[in-house]
Amino acid sequence: MIGLAVLVLLLVFPLVVTQIFPLQIMILVFMYAMLGVAWNIMGGYAGMFSFGQAAFFGIGAYTSSYLLTAFHVNPWIGLIAGGVVAAMVAAAIGYPCSNLRGHYFAIASIAFAEIVRVHFNNWTLVNAAEGISLPMLDESFTNFMFHTSKVPYYYVALAFLILALVVCRFVATSKMGYYFRAIKESHDVAEVLGVNVVRYRLIAIMISAFLSAMAGTFYAQYVLYIDPESVMLLAVSVQIVLLSMLGGAGSVMGPVIGAAVLIPIAEVTRVWLGSRGTGLDMLIYGFMITIISMYQPQGVWGFLSRTGNKIK
Amino acid sequence: MPEQLLQQIVNGLLIGFMYSLIAIGLTLIWGVMNIVNFAHGEFLMIGMFTSFWLFTEYGLDPLFSIPICFLLLFVMGMLIYRYIVSKVMKGPMLAQLVVTFGISIFLSNLAVYLWTPDFRLIPPTILQGTWDVGEINLSIPKTVASIGSVITSVCLFLFLRRTKTGKAILATEMDRESALLMGINTERINSLSFGIGTALVGVAGAFLSTYYYIYPQVGGLFGLIAFSIVALGGFGSIEGAFIAGILVGLAQTLGGFFFDPAYKYAIVFMIYLITIWIRPQGLLGW
Amino acid sequence: MGIPFQDGEQNKMNKAICLDVKGMTKWFGGLAANQDIDFFIKEGEIVSIIGPNGAGKSTLFNCITGFYKPNGGKVSFFGKDIYRMRADKICKLGIARTFQVVQVISDMTVLENVLTGALLRFDRIGPATEKALEVLAFTGLIEKKSFLGTELTISDKKRLEVSMALATQPRLLMLDESMAGLTPVELREIIELITKIREQGTTLVIVEHVMEAVMQISDRVIVLNSGRKIMEGVPKEVCASPEVIQAYLGDKYRVVC
Repeated sequence: MIGLAVLVLLLVFPLVVTQIFPLQIMILVFMYAMLGVAWNIMGGYAGMFSFGQAAFFGIGAYTSSYLLTAFHVNPWIGLIAGGVVAAMVAAAIGYPCSNLRGHYFAIASIAFAEIVRVHFNNWTLVNAAEGISLPMLDESFTNFMFHTSKVPYYYVALAFLILALVVCRFVATSKMGYYFRAIKESHDVAEVLGVNVVRYRLIAIMISAFLSAMAGTFYAQYVLYIDPESVMLLAVSVQIVLLSMLGGAGSVMGPVIGAAVLIPIAEVTRVWLGSRGTGLDMLIYGFMITIISMYQPQGVWGFLSRTGNKIK
Repeated sequence: MPEQLLQQIVNGLLIGFMYSLIAIGLTLIWGVMNIVNFAHGEFLMIGMFTSFWLFTEYGLDPLFSIPICFLLLFVMGMLIYRYIVSKVMKGPMLAQLVVTFGISIFLSNLAVYLWTPDFRLIPPTILQGTWDVGEINLSIPKTVASIGSVITSVCLFLFLRRTKTGKAILATEMDRESALLMGINTERINSLSFGIGTALVGVAGAFLSTYYYIYPQVGGLFGLIAFSIVALGGFGSIEGAFIAGILVGLAQTLGGFFFDPAYKYAIVFMIYLITIWIRPQGLLGW
Repeated sequence: MGIPFQDGEQNKMNKAICLDVKGMTKWFGGLAANQDIDFFIKEGEIVSIIGPNGAGKSTLFNCITGFYKPNGGKVSFFGKDIYRMRADKICKLGIARTFQVVQVISDMTVLENVLTGALLRFDRIGPATEKALEVLAFTGLIEKKSFLGTELTISDKKRLEVSMALATQPRLLMLDESMAGLTPVELREIIELITKIREQGTTLVIVEHVMEAVMQISDRVIVLNSGRKIMEGVPKEVCASPEVIQAYLGDKYRVVC
């Protein structure tokens, strides 16, 4: 199977390719793919197009980092704590938004994420705009910190991504998945089939938030510094939506494909063209997004499955 | 102290009138074709830069460049509608949401590429200084810009209610299908409305450029604030956007005054959320 | 509260009251869309609700099934109070309905659509799929089970919507204008389907404009006009009633016997 072959390739990749830059790109690809898969559960499947995922990403990063620096809590426990906090916040904001769909929900998600960002930018408990620097602990798996090489981060990121995919696949092929898709079509259709729309929307948002927060903790442990401008930015949220749409929202592997295509392009153009501050890399990015939404909104996966159907 | 409070109220009103004009364009587009223009702030930015370059290159005072801004952005808006936005109108919701994001990223970075990310300012020209009314300082450029915004808004009201085309736009906004049945070319109305909406915010940009910093990313924040205003006023309601703009301007200055200035924008976003939860149709929406 | 409905024997005596509606009232601003409507439905009946456009038929449906919140009245379903209950809870109790503008899940196949309905009573995908296939065989859509929702004709979409509703195993099925826009052949097919559904033991309430069908299949007919119930009786009585004929004057539909 193709999947197995790809997995083996990915497992072997760091042993073969030893330059830092490709390794860093792959780690980012895995992380963004995970965020995309998380978004997909609430967006692609349940129809709640959130442009505020960075808030959950950031909440995860901040929760684990704060617990680590203030209370010396092990980052793995912080990981779970971050997920739980994010899920609770998601439920709290998701509940009043239960009737919102489409544009209205999208803007509400942006409003929510911006409020969170402004708050963290001014919250002295977490160092406000200065951010949190993680302490340099001894390198170990238990400490979730590796200094001599990035390779362990690669494998952790890959494992996280696989976990997210397993969750997504489980959701997609279960009763939950069908109910999400009914909700995406219309609340009326879902209700008339006996679906408790509010409950299932909350479930989708909470799962999505938990996984996004996990990615946040990963990021914190990887980069060892977080601040609101890097982890809670609207641009991050938009990036997540984009790669999911590019790869194919509403399919399990869609966001992975999207990340695999978009992140390397974004990183390479940023390094080659962007470092001079000309904005050329982002210009091309914006152009690409516009073209893609005009001509291939179903994404790569949509394109592949339609071509596949025609061949049958 | 009462004078400080009064000052904040006055400031809030001045900002509010500007906000009204910015939001009116957005609500018009939203009401007519039910699409959220995430690039709205970027058109504001282009209006600002147009005014800046006309001043820097040709010495044209910003107030006189307003008609040029209007025309330029009107054409731009119509072209963008015709060649880009109209293509996704029948597509999936996600595409509609993302396409204007794409335009927004493209435009703001095009500005960076062409003009660098530097902050720029138009030095005061005909209008400068402050006007003291008792204890209150009225910045003259701000006041003129606000008055200009109100005049422009009123012109739009009159256009919509007194001209044939304007009434056609209102009809399409209220009931698209009936408008079609009555022989109104709704595609033409769409591109016209998009053009007008863009032109209005471009004019707002020209006004704003008389006293505000001009830089490529300036559109981001104003765009988001515009959404809150449109929600508060009622999606599609021009009058609503006008009133809501003033309220949001006041909320911003008073909120910053009573609470923490750093949170003033967070307050604006809270307004969107609370409005959409409690009264989704906004103040005057249907 | 799963309610299997496969009731083999039709016991025509001592039929339970399936749906009991008293004083149903719904205002929209100053307009009374439903005013003080009383009626009951016995188990196993097919009852049609007719009336000119704007009479309040769909409003009545929406009020009963939890899609509108009525302003006054009482509704009970086999004795259980369902007034202002949430729509999905009402479905769980055993009332299913279709919509005037047909609603199916466009991104899913026909089978998946019905499967989603079946998941109400069967938690696991396997048994739910079997149930879905059963329902599709019953409604005659089994050949098209792999078609996407978007690929269906209007007539098939309506049939799909009915299949989805049946998959939730309702004791009462409420159909809102299922016959609009159908050709004579399609009309005959849906009448057959409705008859089959009743034979299985499901009670039916249908809103309809197609008078020939209404008069042919209904046990009783309820007539609404301007938000009120103006008459109720067997088809023969109703279509001969001057009051009913008067109500339809000027409407694009006519009452025919």
